[in-house]
Amino acid sequence: MFAYRDLLYYLSMRDVKIRYKQTSLGVVWVVLQPLVPAIIFAVLFGNFGRLPSNGQPYILMVFTGLVAWGFLNNSVARGSGSLVASSNLLSKIYFPRIIIPLASMSSVVIDGLIGLAAMAVLALLFGIKPGLHLLAAPFFLTASLLMGLGLTLFSASINVYRRDIGYAIPFILQAWNYMTPIVYSSELIPKKWMLLYSLNQTVGLIEGFRWSILGGRPASPLMLTTMLIGIAVSLVAGFTVFQKIERGFADII
Amino acid sequence: MHSPSDVAISVRSLGKSYKIQHQATSSNQTTRTSKRGFAWPWQDSNSSDKFLSETFWALQDISFDVPRGKVFGVIGRNGAGKSTLLKILSRITDPSTGQADIRGRVGSLLEVGTGFHPELSGRENIYLNGTLLGMRRREINAVFDEIVDFAEVSRFIDTPVKRYSSGMYVRLAFAVAAHLQPEVLIIDEVLAVGDISFQKKCLGKMKDVTGEGRTVLFVSHSLSTVNSICDECLLLEDGRTKLVGPTTEVTTAYFDMSQEESGSQLDLSAQPEGDEVAVLLSAKLVDQHGDSITYANLDEPFGIEIAYEIMDCRQPIIPNLHFFSGGTCAFVTTPAEPSDCRVGLHRAIAWLPAGLINAGNYTVNIAASSMNPVCVHFHLQDRFSFNVIEDVHNSSRQGYVQAIPGVIRPRLAWDIEAIRA
Repeated sequence: MFAYRDLLYYLSMRDVKIRYKQTSLGVVWVVLQPLVPAIIFAVLFGNFGRLPSNGQPYILMVFTGLVAWGFLNNSVARGSGSLVASSNLLSKIYFPRIIIPLASMSSVVIDGLIGLAAMAVLALLFGIKPGLHLLAAPFFLTASLLMGLGLTLFSASINVYRRDIGYAIPFILQAWNYMTPIVYSSELIPKKWMLLYSLNQTVGLIEGFRWSILGGRPASPLMLTTMLIGIAVSLVAGFTVFQKIERGFADII
Repeated sequence: MHSPSDVAISVRSLGKSYKIQHQATSSNQTTRTSKRGFAWPWQDSNSSDKFLSETFWALQDISFDVPRGKVFGVIGRNGAGKSTLLKILSRITDPSTGQADIRGRVGSLLEVGTGFHPELSGRENIYLNGTLLGMRRREINAVFDEIVDFAEVSRFIDTPVKRYSSGMYVRLAFAVAAHLQPEVLIIDEVLAVGDISFQKKCLGKMKDVTGEGRTVLFVSHSLSTVNSICDECLLLEDGRTKLVGPTTEVTTAYFDMSQEESGSQLDLSAQPEGDEVAVLLSAKLVDQHGDSITYANLDEPFGIEIAYEIMDCRQPIIPNLHFFSGGTCAFVTTPAEPSDCRVGLHRAIAWLPAGLINAGNYTVNIAASSMNPVCVHFHLQDRFSFNVIEDVHNSSRQGYVQAIPGVIRPRLAWDIEAIRA
């Protein structure tokens, strides 16, 4: 695997370069992708709906949510089809198969970091003063990425055998998005549902990241615990399934 | 036997099985095509009793050793298991039984240019393809200039390869592969690319490779290439070893084998050759009146008549005949006019004028393809063959009774006049 790190580098480079080839705006799209929805939701929910945003500018609340969610969401969205899309490579050349989903995630990381920089600029424009809790931000982003890694490996492997996964994933991600406080604040959730709501592994992830940037109410211990369990489960499930069926990819794909 | 330290590839009782499924009701009919266009969830895989699952052995009980520094050829008809063997040796797929041990770093080339991306430049593709084939970045750096020179693309190295001509594309792809420096190189038919001079260059490169003590395992349909570069050969038939040994012995056996099972009258209607668009049903040699004959006469025109069925006619189906003499393609013929394309049975006859081809034995590969996109619907290889004989007392020989060399014997117009008495 280590001997193939150059391959990982060039495959990642290919994915990143191809993504915005022959676009006029290029990397600007990376910033626009979270920014445009953030503006839409800020206008709809913040201005017209007057939904609470924990005392922060609504647009910033949405943007922080989208940045943290983006690592997980985009990893799975791009990575779940990666093995199937590389069927010509899998059936013609031997190399550690895990490089394919890993390479698909590299463009997610790069996009995510650019989105993060845009978020930092936006936060400074709104006069947010970074506190000591900013130090926790990398922890939550890593959490999002690791959960994304586990789910990507899981879905990409299953997708080789049953393409149904490819069709189901957009719905699953969208439903999950609605159940997570990304475009709204978890203040909206009634107290009696809060316990159940906190069992969603991504609630702590978003709330934690938002707290590290904007301050306010930190994620509850329950939220953080379910988040850590979620990471562990997705990684174990992802690697187990991937390794179990890796050898058969070339025969099935 | 060779001592273990001299053996680069050691294969022991290797087997590979696949599960195939077909409809129980139509087991006596052809099972290639499924009429179901839609996958009903409840008819999926093993869940329905309408489908029988059967184990198919693509390879069975294969054993051989390849000594270090030798070029080892693998030959056999389509479907004999050559590609499966290469995939196992390349570690792309696992064997079902037995084992294959390869000592040293393996480079495998089952296709030229795998992983090339049209949007990336030549330079970027060299690095991407090189690392895919198992090279490290610094190894590519070391041979980068050689690759570019070999491929003759130095002016275009920073141009996206989608702007390359197909020749440049293939040369670049092969150049990367040719500069792989594995101890064991596994190659599948990739020499069937590029023009003749480039092919010669590639063959030369392969000989260099073995000169440096590397081992090459080479799969090909071209008996002449196998004869010229391989030291030993394996002949596969229906997934089993037919013969292993010195190249000339094995290629002769293969040639004889394809002679035995071929002929000038083929009836394939029990097992038509082809895909879901078109299938070949029969082929026969006919005289100028359209009657079946067992051999052709040099002095008379004759035809090759094929019957095929078209099941789907979205694209015109173009029949084509590939004439081989002694393992070399003599020529290919296709109809000059686009043929009538309707669903149903078709008969096509290609007429050969008297004296076009010389006396001798010819093998004809019979294929049909369609364009846009280019797609081959059937391709019957090494099965149809016939002899052209001649009467040695015929007038054009003027008494000469020895064999006259050459693949063609056209009757040319000669102008002869006496210029000095």
